[in-house]
Parts: sequence; structure tokens; C-alpha cells
Amino acid sequence: MAECGASGGGSSGDTLDKSITLPPDEIFRNLENAKRFAIDIGGSLTKLAYYSTVQHKVAKVRSFDHSGKDAEHDHEPPYEISVQEEITARLHFIKFENTYIGGCLDFIKDHLVNTETKVIQATGGGAYKFKDLIEEKLRLKVDKQDVMTCLIKGCNFVLKNIPQEAFIYQKDSDPEFRFQTNHPNIFPYLLVNIGSGVSIVKVETEDRFEWVGGSSIGGGTFWGLGALLTRTKKFDELLHLASKGQHTNVDMLVQDIYGGAHQTLGLSGNLIASSFGKSATTDKEFSKEDMAKSLLHMISNDIGQLACLHAKLHGLDRVYFGGFFIRGHPVTMRTITYSINFFSKGEVQALFLRHEGYLGAIGAFLKGAEQDNPNQYSWGENYAGSSGLMSTAPELGPTRRARSGTFDLLEMDRLERPLVNLPLLLDPSSYVPDTVDLTDDALARKYWLTCFEEALDGVVKRAVASQPDAADATERAEKFRQKYWDKLQTLRHQPFAYGTLTVRSLLDTREHCLNEFNFPDPYSKVKQRENGVALKCFPGVIRSLDALGWEERQLALVKGLLAGNVPSRPLWSRSPWERPWLVDSYSKWLQRLKGPPHKCALIFADNSGVDIILGVFPFVRELLFRGTEVILACNSGPALNDVTHSEALIVAERIAAMDPVVHSALREERLLLVQTGSSSPCLDLSRLDKGLAVLVRERGADLVVIEGMGRAVHTNYHAALCCESLKLAVVKNAWLAERLGGRLFSVIFKYEVPAE
Amino acid sequence: MPRKRGRRTLHPRVHWAAPPSLSPRRHRLLLRGARIPTSTTVRSALCWEHFIGRRHGRIGPPSSCSDWLAARWRNGRGSRARVRLCSGWSAAEEARSPALGAWLGRQRWLLRMGAGRFGAPMERHGKASATSASSAGDPAPGGPEGRRREPMRRRASSASAPAAEASAEGVRRDRPGSYSGPTSVSRQRVDSLKKKRPLFPWFGLDIGGTLVKLVYFEPKDITAEEEEEEVESLKSIRKYLTSHVAYGSTGIRDVHLELKDLTLCGRKGNLHFIRFPTHDMPAFIQMGRDKNFSSLHTVFCATGGGAYKFEQDFLTIGDLQLCKLDELDCLIKGILYIDSVGFNGRSQCYYFENPADSEKCQKLPFDLKNPYPLLLVNIGSGVSILAVYSKDNYKRVTGTSLGGGTFFGLCCLLTGCTTFEEALEMASRGDSTKVDKLVRDIYGGDYERFGLPGWAVASSFGNMMSKEKREAVTKEDLARATLITITNNIGSIARMCALNENINQVVFVGNFLRINTIAMRLLAYALDYWSKGQLKALFSEHEGYFGAVGALLELLKIP
Repeated sequence: MAECGASGGGSSGDTLDKSITLPPDEIFRNLENAKRFAIDIGGSLTKLAYYSTVQHKVAKVRSFDHSGKDAEHDHEPPYEISVQEEITARLHFIKFENTYIGGCLDFIKDHLVNTETKVIQATGGGAYKFKDLIEEKLRLKVDKQDVMTCLIKGCNFVLKNIPQEAFIYQKDSDPEFRFQTNHPNIFPYLLVNIGSGVSIVKVETEDRFEWVGGSSIGGGTFWGLGALLTRTKKFDELLHLASKGQHTNVDMLVQDIYGGAHQTLGLSGNLIASSFGKSATTDKEFSKEDMAKSLLHMISNDIGQLACLHAKLHGLDRVYFGGFFIRGHPVTMRTITYSINFFSKGEVQALFLRHEGYLGAIGAFLKGAEQDNPNQYSWGENYAGSSGLMSTAPELGPTRRARSGTFDLLEMDRLERPLVNLPLLLDPSSYVPDTVDLTDDALARKYWLTCFEEALDGVVKRAVASQPDAADATERAEKFRQKYWDKLQTLRHQPFAYGTLTVRSLLDTREHCLNEFNFPDPYSKVKQRENGVALKCFPGVIRSLDALGWEERQLALVKGLLAGNVPSRPLWSRSPWERPWLVDSYSKWLQRLKGPPHKCALIFADNSGVDIILGVFPFVRELLFRGTEVILACNSGPALNDVTHSEALIVAERIAAMDPVVHSALREERLLLVQTGSSSPCLDLSRLDKGLAVLVRERGADLVVIEGMGRAVHTNYHAALCCESLKLAVVKNAWLAERLGGRLFSVIFKYEVPAE
Repeated sequence: MPRKRGRRTLHPRVHWAAPPSLSPRRHRLLLRGARIPTSTTVRSALCWEHFIGRRHGRIGPPSSCSDWLAARWRNGRGSRARVRLCSGWSAAEEARSPALGAWLGRQRWLLRMGAGRFGAPMERHGKASATSASSAGDPAPGGPEGRRREPMRRRASSASAPAAEASAEGVRRDRPGSYSGPTSVSRQRVDSLKKKRPLFPWFGLDIGGTLVKLVYFEPKDITAEEEEEEVESLKSIRKYLTSHVAYGSTGIRDVHLELKDLTLCGRKGNLHFIRFPTHDMPAFIQMGRDKNFSSLHTVFCATGGGAYKFEQDFLTIGDLQLCKLDELDCLIKGILYIDSVGFNGRSQCYYFENPADSEKCQKLPFDLKNPYPLLLVNIGSGVSILAVYSKDNYKRVTGTSLGGGTFFGLCCLLTGCTTFEEALEMASRGDSTKVDKLVRDIYGGDYERFGLPGWAVASSFGNMMSKEKREAVTKEDLARATLITITNNIGSIARMCALNENINQVVFVGNFLRINTIAMRLLAYALDYWSKGQLKALFSEHEGYFGAVGALLELLKIP
């Protein structure tokens, strides 16, 4: 821990709260590689952004040289694994209170190694005020950027790169936050920024936006007028007062004018006829709380009304709200939502953003990084390095709150390949990958959180075991445990912290945390061993399959696909293969197979070993026989024991050596192996490798096969595609099986044909 | 929240009173008894039948019928069922009919006394409540939105439009002669006017959230014979109202607004404009009781929310039955009428030239010869914004709770002032730029990226976030800033509505504008500036009284 006090400020009499302790491995990480700084200084918070490179250990697989014909020995692995260092790009965003700015700048200067950096992009009202301080401390030239341009650039960036960035807020409902799936085309939209005043901007494309209006009645009015009326100086305190007040004591309501008649007239008597109207006609004293509440309503209603009028004028229904007036305050999100609902009669929804506070900093950063073309890449939120929404929630322990209240983090990893929608989705704008929304389903949430907690020991052990030669493996594994445990606890209290909570996000968070502590692929050795064993069985399996009659073979192939999903021979209470299965459209599938062959099948593979080699490949082989081309999509990066693209390439090569069908198909490009662009045990069809999408379109894929629990049950179970699809899985979780109305190891065989 | 309001009847009597100028084509159609091409429902068809009947005298007052029937007949083409059809009489209203019985009883009595034809109390009552029912809630922070009177609009464009327009135009064309007496109308019409004239006194009442507006017609053509017959209480009311300019401690007659030599229903007289705070309403009702108003058998046509709130008090304390009227109907009726009669020979409507320049700024008359479409912004305690397409085709577009009540209320809290006049006076001496954060305070000048001028307010009260600046401002500065904030906001919402409705003339009315030149000039300037000259802000001399005038017109059945 580096002590980084306010001494840099030059005055020795600084109060305690201005000095901070910065844990370098948690905040301002990777400063040594940092370049391209940007800073957004608002009225009370500073947001700092920088780009850095992160060194990661990655497990690489490499095929042995097999030129020396059949040199295979029984215990020789099919390929070798080497751990290498890989460099990836990451964006860091840190938010802290303006009081710490001096200390933070000192800290950055002390840790900054890269000397290429000469300029810092600055935006926000405070950029002017702190210009000299920044230039003096960092010795970087301050390049000022336009506030709104930065804001919009940032907004476009998060909407494009963070699924479920936007949410609607519903007070008194559970969950209060409802995250929205991003529309594939984020434009056009209206951005209403409520800072001290209000700016309403219509955004039409990446670079085209227009200030369409605004209002002087905004956050500054609430704060300034509130301070005059209540003698309360701080914005947060005013909000707190407002949350306790009764505006009906101050406002003139419809019922005050109409008397009791509003009821017989069918009116809502509670509507405000005149804000502060009662203070004009009565002499009594009003409480601070009541006045603050009335003021809050007045301002929120006014902004909501203007926003609706502008949305109507421009025919837009997506309106995002931001600015310090909103910034995660449930009180203002609630009143703005109410106002928008009222004035638009439900036609417009008030949308808020998880990373709203960072928009300016992100935009300023992007402005400065234009030569790196950050917009060409896809970026992904790193759950391990990011604080969740409302990290200052009171439920958290006081110590933790103190720190997360001080520093809020966002990290975005640059993905090596751009991600796009699968072209076969029926309706990309309504596609939701996840089957169960754990933010919504409290019972399921409780179960899965506990489930992941209980599994943590095993994961830690596996991680340590995967690196027997590393001395610090145990220490890192423990850090991983702590980090992931903390995340789980946060999610228990704030399921909405990282967008909609799902089994997928829990799994992804675990992968991110493992990566963070350099456990890139804990299963690499296991996968290697299993692949070796399975490859040996391959010729025998093929022989016995080929010996079967056509109809029997089809069933055996499907069972093979499913069986690969089941861990080593469980004690069956009842054979899982006995039909009917829990979901069973096998007969329909068989009927279909009797018809003309598919043109091209897209298969998303699941596990290494038995699954890919004895399940998927024989199935692929049969499709190839039928004259169907096959695209086999595997994960780009490791996740659990899922087969990765590079492993699949080696496996395919080995199989090709044994099987002429696969061999010729590979050579003739009737069998193609591609990567998904993902490193998740689940599957998000709206974020897939662009190359895959291109190929799918080129080859005219008309069948999609998704196998495994992670991809076909936790996600995509309800996904609607515009071509035929097979979703196969064995439910390996008793709780989930019961939920689905079956038992452990129930079989799901879902064959779907889109409606004509 | 927003409800379709019942279609309002095209009341036959309306057409009696209006200059009977049907278009020739329509007239022919009527004579032939041809079905009027109409897209409306049975309701309007029914109304048309009445219309035809009345115009050609096929249905005359049956001389031999009982009083009750006569009343029914006279009142209304107003059989109950029809009323319901025509005005969407609500079930709730029907449930109240026992009370109506008493009311009708009195009307029968009036009729027996040969008191002249009285305006269909039953129908009127039903109609009033039906229309009000749907209009209520106006003042909400917007209240019911977009209360478009679709059926009426359709109607305006088909069946009844020509008649309605003709009569409206008739009135307008007469200007300024329309207040010069009955010379321009036929003898027959004078007779009919006389018959249907209600008893004196003629009042129109608009009970708002903060102020009560009362218009009183003082007949100046009282004959000696009439004077002799005039009951004492009526005389005393007349004398009391016309000989004072202030009533009690809070009632005020706006003498400068008095309309002289006005002809209403064939009677010549002066129209007086009186206001007092709504919280003095109980005293007013008490006065009515003390002066024995109920013995005059007059009808109080009242509009505004207070018509509902105080209805029971009027009845139980003053023994007076209020005839409740929809406030938006009254408002529009009032403004169109007052504009048509002008302001004692001068123009009623005006605008500001060079509003931003204190030296060159000029208040100039505006001839509202093409009133439609019109955006009407009524700034009372709250604000209602209406889009008016024709005399009886309008919709409430929106409203805001930031209105006159907010200005005055905040001023009371911030400066301790006690009257509206005081608040305005303070505002006139203050400097809002000490309180507000301007664009130039943030950007050092214009914000060119968005084309915002440096003088524009970026954040109302924005400077008050700082302690030092809070300590440096005066009460006058705060009053000024409050006024500027509320006014700018109303201007901004009005501008957006005008854009959305594609209307370019905006008339601002309501008592917030009384003696409030700062606000009017700011509205004029802001509308012109932000619309790049596309929108024109118009004002009207009788700014706050149109609802009350509309109520009076309803009493007199003047369209």
C-alpha cells in the first residue's frame, strides 16, 4: 500500500479526509504501462481515464510434430501446452471526489513510467479550474475537449460495448432496475443531460448530433434554490431531505382547487396544479423536507415534460438521462421516471445508464485516442476490475463503503476481434441470451449464488493444481477466492450491480477473476488428458456407429452428442436415454433427417474430450455424409473445460488423420473451424466473432446446433432463430432439473423449426 | 387521465342568438331536408334536427301544454334523454337528479311568472357538468394531456362547421360595431333576445386556485318603468358594485378594464371586472346570503375549480345554485368574444416590438383577424396550454405546475413579500444574473458548439450553489430570478407546444401577466429569439378575466 497524502498540495495543514491511501493493485492499476490520459472534472467528482496494456499468462496449445509416423505411445498427450505471456489492451476508468485530485495526480506521476505521453485530454467544468494543477503535477499539456461532444462519444461507446448498459428504474418493484437489451442499432436517441442546467441532444450517428434544446431549470436550480429555501448546503443532503418530505403541504394540488369534486369528476386530485402554490396563499411555515420535496418534483416534472415534448417533436422513443442530478440517485431517477410516464402516457421510457458518470471521461479519452481507432474494436466490461452500480449502497459494510465510495472503477478489455449479432437471430432487438433473470427471480438467485459459493473451494483447488510449478499459485488462488467471494456478496445485496444477474454473468465474473490472478486456463491439463483418451477411442466409436442401421445410428449420434455432456459415468437411477426425454422432439428431427439435407450447419461445441471427439465429430461426420457443410464454432479463449478453437484445430487435425471423411471435408472446406470470439462457458448470440457471422451468411447456414447446459439451457433456451435449430443438453443440476419439471440428468432435445 | 369529453350540443338557442347566416348551400340542404353529410354520430344528427326545426318554426312552443312540459320544451330541446345524448351526461349526474328537481321547480316558477325564457337550466346543468367533468384536472402538472375534441373537430369540418363559422365570423365582421346596439340585427331577433334574456343581475364568475374573477354587466338602458319594478336588492347590488372600486380589504375593481356601451342580449351597459382572492370566497358567499341574492332567482354561472369546491357552500349558505361550467370552454369563449368587441374602440390584442430593447420597446395593437389556429397559454396559479382550431374545436395540449402560483409562492418564501404587486415591484429592481448562472459564466462567452449565446441562462439559481454568492444577493435579485425562471420556462414549453402543433401565434393570458411587463416582454423576446422569428407572442388587455366573461356568455347563451 502506497501512502499518498495531500502533501503534494503544498500545505501541511490539510485535514485527514484529504489524504488517502491508495492500494496500487486495486486502484490506478497498470499505471506503468499507461498512456493516453483523459480527465473529466465535474462539480464534485473527477473521472480519470487511461489506456494501458496488461500482460496475461495464456495457455497455448501446439501440435507435436507427427511426421515420424505413428510414434504414439499410450501415455503420450495428443498435443503440448505452453504458458505464454500475452499482451492485451485495457481501458481504466477511475472516479473519485475532487478533494483527492492533488493526491491522485501525485500518485500517477510517481508511478507513471511511460514517457511518451505528453498530453492529457480534459473535459468537464472543472477542467478549467484544475488546468494549472494538472499541468504542474503531471507535466502533461492539458488539451481541453468539448463537454457535450465527449459525453455523446462516451454514451455511444458504452451503448455499443456494454450489453445491458441501459436500464429503467421502477421504485417499489423488485427488482428496481430493469436492464434493457441494447438495440443492435443504438441510433437515433435523445440524451438529456441534467447538470446544473439541462441539455437535450439528439444523436443520430456516431458523429452527428445536435443540441435541440435545453432548460435552465436543472440540478443547479435544485441545489441553489434548495440551499436558499432550506439552508442545506450539500446536494446529497438536499436529496435526503427531499426523500423524507411531503410535497402536498407546499404544492397546490388539483384537489385543493376542486375540493372533493375531483373524485366525482374522476380526476386524480393529487396532481400538482401549482408548484409552491400553497406558499403563496398560506402564511404558515413549511418544513425543509416538504420544500425540498416540492422543489424536486417541480424540477423533475419540468425536465420530464420538456424531454417528452422534444422526443415527440423528433419522433424518438429512446431517451437517456444523465448528469449529476441523476447519477445513480434513486430519488431523482424515480421522479424523472414518474414524470416521463405521466407526460408521455407511457410512450417514452426514461432510460438510465450504468456507467453514466464515466461518459465524459470515456469520450475525452476516445477523442485523444482517435489514432488507435478504439471504435474499430469491440470492448468488454471486465467484471473483476469494475465496481458495480451504486457501489456506495448502505448495505455494504462501513469500511468497504468508505473505500468504494471514494473510488469507483470501470475496466474495459479490448477484445481481439469485433463482435456482431448472429445473422440468424429472428429479432436481434428482442434477443435475450439468458434464460433466467436472477435479478427478477429471488429464489433462483439465492440458489445459484450459494451454488457458486460452495463451488469456490473446488475452483481454487483446481487453479492451484493447474500450476504445480508456480510458487505463488496458492497465494494468487487465495486472492482469487477473496475477490470472487466479494463479488458474490455484492451481488447478494445488489443483484443489479453488473446489469442483469444471470448464471452466465456469474460464470463470466469467475473467469474474469481467474484471469486477473493469472490462472488463464486451470483446465488445460485436464482437457489435454481427456482429449488424448477420447482420440484413442474415436476409431472404435466410428466403427460401431457405422455398423448400425440408419435409424439406429441417428439415435446413437444424438445420444453421443448428449453423453459428452455428462461427467464420468454417474450412478443412473434410471437410464437417461429412456424416452420420452424431458423435452423431446427427436421424432420430428428424425423425420426431418429423412428429408433433403441441410445446406450448412453451424455447431457450437461445448466440452473438450469425449464431447467434442466422440460426440460432435461423429455427428459432424454424418452431416458431411449427407452433403451438409459444417461450421464448427469453438470459444476463442478458455472457459472451464470447454474446448477452445486452438484445441479444436488440433483435434480436427488428429481426427482427419484417422478419418478420410473429415480429412477430405477439411481439405475441401466443407468443414470449417471458427472461433466464437467469446471466452465464456455460455453463449451470447448477439456478440459473436465477425468472421463467424460473415461465414454464416456466405455459406447460407440453415441449421444451428447448440449443445451443453451453458449454451443451450442457461442461455439460448428461448432464443428464436430464423432457421432450424437443435438445442441439446443433459441437465446436470438437480435444482434446475426440478425447476424444469424433471430429474437430475434429464435430457433436453429441442428441435425447432421457425414458423413459415 | 385524459378522457374524451362528451360532445357538446350545438345548442339550438345558440343559433337563435347568433347572426343567422347559414351558407346558402347549407341552407338549401336544410330546406330540402336532405341528410347533412356528416361523419358524426346520431348525436349530431339529433342536434341537427332541432336546428332545422327551430329555424323553420316547425316546432313552436305548444301553447296548451302544462308548465312542466313548457319548461321541458323551452329548456330544452332538452328532454333528458337527449341531453344525455348530446352532452354525455354522466351517470353520476343522473344520480344527483333529486337536487335538480328543486332547481327545476324554481325554474317552473320563474316561467310562470313570465320572467322570460330562461336558459335551459336542466340542460345547461347537465351540459356544464358533463363538459367540466372531462375538463377538470386541467391544472395538473400538465393535467390531462391532449384532450382533443375529435368528434367536434370532425364535425367542424363537416356538418356544423359552416354555421358555427358563419356565426363567429358574423360577430367578427361586425367589429367594432358589434357593441353599438341592435341596429344590425333584425327586429325578429331582438324579440327573441328579449324573450330568452335571463333576469338581472348578470354575473360571470371564475373561481381559480388563487383569485376569483367576477364580471358584472351593469345595464345602462334601464327604463323608468323597469327601474320602478326593480327589486331593492338588485338595485343595491348594482349601486354597490358600480360605485366602489374596492370591496372589503381584498376585492378590487379593475376600473381601467371596464368595457363601456356594450350590447349584450339587446341590453346596453357597462361590463365591470372585479377580482378578489379565493380565500375570501366564504366572505363573498356570506355577502350573497346577507344581500339575499337567492331572492333574485338569478343564476350564478361559475367556472374554474372553485365552482366545484364551493358549490356546496353556495347552496347551503347562500341558497344559491351554481351553474358549473367548463373552464376551458369559458376561457376560449371569453377570449374570442372580448377580442371581437375590442377594448372601448381600441384593440384588445397586442404585441411587443423590440421587446429586448427598453428604449425602443413598443406595445402595439395586433389585429387577430385570423385567430386560428392559435396556441392559448393561460397562466394562472398553474399553466394550461390549449391549441384552438376554431370556436369550438380545441384541445388541451399540456400544462405545467410552474405558473403564477409558483412565482408568487417562491417569492414569498425567498423574500418574505406578501402581495403579488410587491413581488413584481421587487423583481423590477433586482438583477437576476447575480442569482442565475449564465452560459458565459461557464464558457466565458457564447457556447458556439451548440449555438448558445453567452447571455442565456444556463442554470436558474445556479450561482446559489455557492455560499459566497448566496450571501451576496438581495431579495430583489431573488425575486427577479424567480420571475425570469418561471417566465422562461413557460415560454420554452409554449414554444415546444407551438412546434409540435405547428401553430405560430401564441396568445398568453392569465393573471400572472397582470401589471407584469417584465414577463410579457421576456416571453415576447424569448419566443421570437428561440424560434428565429417564427413565433409571435400576443397578449390581451383583459388577461385574467376571460374565463369569467365566458361564464357570463354562457348565462346569456351567447355563442
